[in-house]
Amino acid sequence: MGVEQKLGDMGVVTTTLEQAVNWARTNAMWPMLFGLACCAIEMMASQAAHYDLSRFGMELMRASPRQSDLMIVAGRVSQKMAPVLRRLYDQMPEPKWVIAMGDCASTGGVFNNYAVVQGVDEIVPVDVYVSGCPPRPENLIHGIITLHEKVRGEKITDWNG
Amino acid sequence: MLVELLRGLKTTFKAMFEKPVTYQYPEVKRPVRPRYRGRHVLKRYENGLEKCIGCALCAAACPADAIFVEAAENTDEARYSPGERYASTYEINMLRCIFCGYCADACPTEAIVLTDNYELTFTSRVEAIYTKERLLEPVRGEARPTPQQTPPGVYTRAVPKMADPQD
Repeated sequence: MGVEQKLGDMGVVTTTLEQAVNWARTNAMWPMLFGLACCAIEMMASQAAHYDLSRFGMELMRASPRQSDLMIVAGRVSQKMAPVLRRLYDQMPEPKWVIAMGDCASTGGVFNNYAVVQGVDEIVPVDVYVSGCPPRPENLIHGIITLHEKVRGEKITDWNG
Repeated sequence: MLVELLRGLKTTFKAMFEKPVTYQYPEVKRPVRPRYRGRHVLKRYENGLEKCIGCALCAAACPADAIFVEAAENTDEARYSPGERYASTYEINMLRCIFCGYCADACPTEAIVLTDNYELTFTSRVEAIYTKERLLEPVRGEARPTPQQTPPGVYTRAVPKMADPQD
């Protein structure tokens, strides 16, 4: 039915719009600089030469939320930081994703007290949780690959941007 | 001026022929240190009985309260571990755990150990709770899976006899 049957074997590669867009989204997903604590050091390490996140199309961390697609919440989020985090998330253009990096951002970790938000999913929708305290750079990259797999499976009907 | 320029460019061109230091991570994994602390595993004895006796010392030692243990009674008809009790529920929340290894230090039977696996990412918080089925190491060789039927009066000691009692 599709154009790929009409074209025959002309050597033309066809794809669906869904796959093309998801491919583009996974290969140029710019993260936002959101280092809050010790996890930020590991996030820097994963950007540096030994792990080199630009292999995954994450050339540089954007300091502005308006230019970024992915928010890596690296570190513990205090109750005072929570409205700031929500505001920055709202300023990001659609489509946007969130990785909760480390135990503190995911669940609160050891900081089970009144000052720390018990998981950033209380304030923003989180796509991938990365465990570790702090996670190794490999673990963060593993989380990014998990997110890429999730984005590749997105349907047109899920797009809301 | 040209000489200085060339001297500077010499360093640049030298760097072009150096071997890149990047680990191509998903394909090539950087080896971890021998004492690296990653995901937990619950060990078994050689006959297949679980080492964990459900004492919950690991849960008491855990600074993040990531471990939940519930114990139940062993019988000779359905024996999970040596001694009186075994862990009927053993859960670790991997998103709470900070991989400090205090649980492994506290364990009197060396049942819980931390392995090299660090690839722990989840798409939901429920996935991060590792139950006993996911933590227990698989039965190997001639060992039998638990629960086992055992002769009475053999497995009375929960903690195995140590080689040197002074230690």
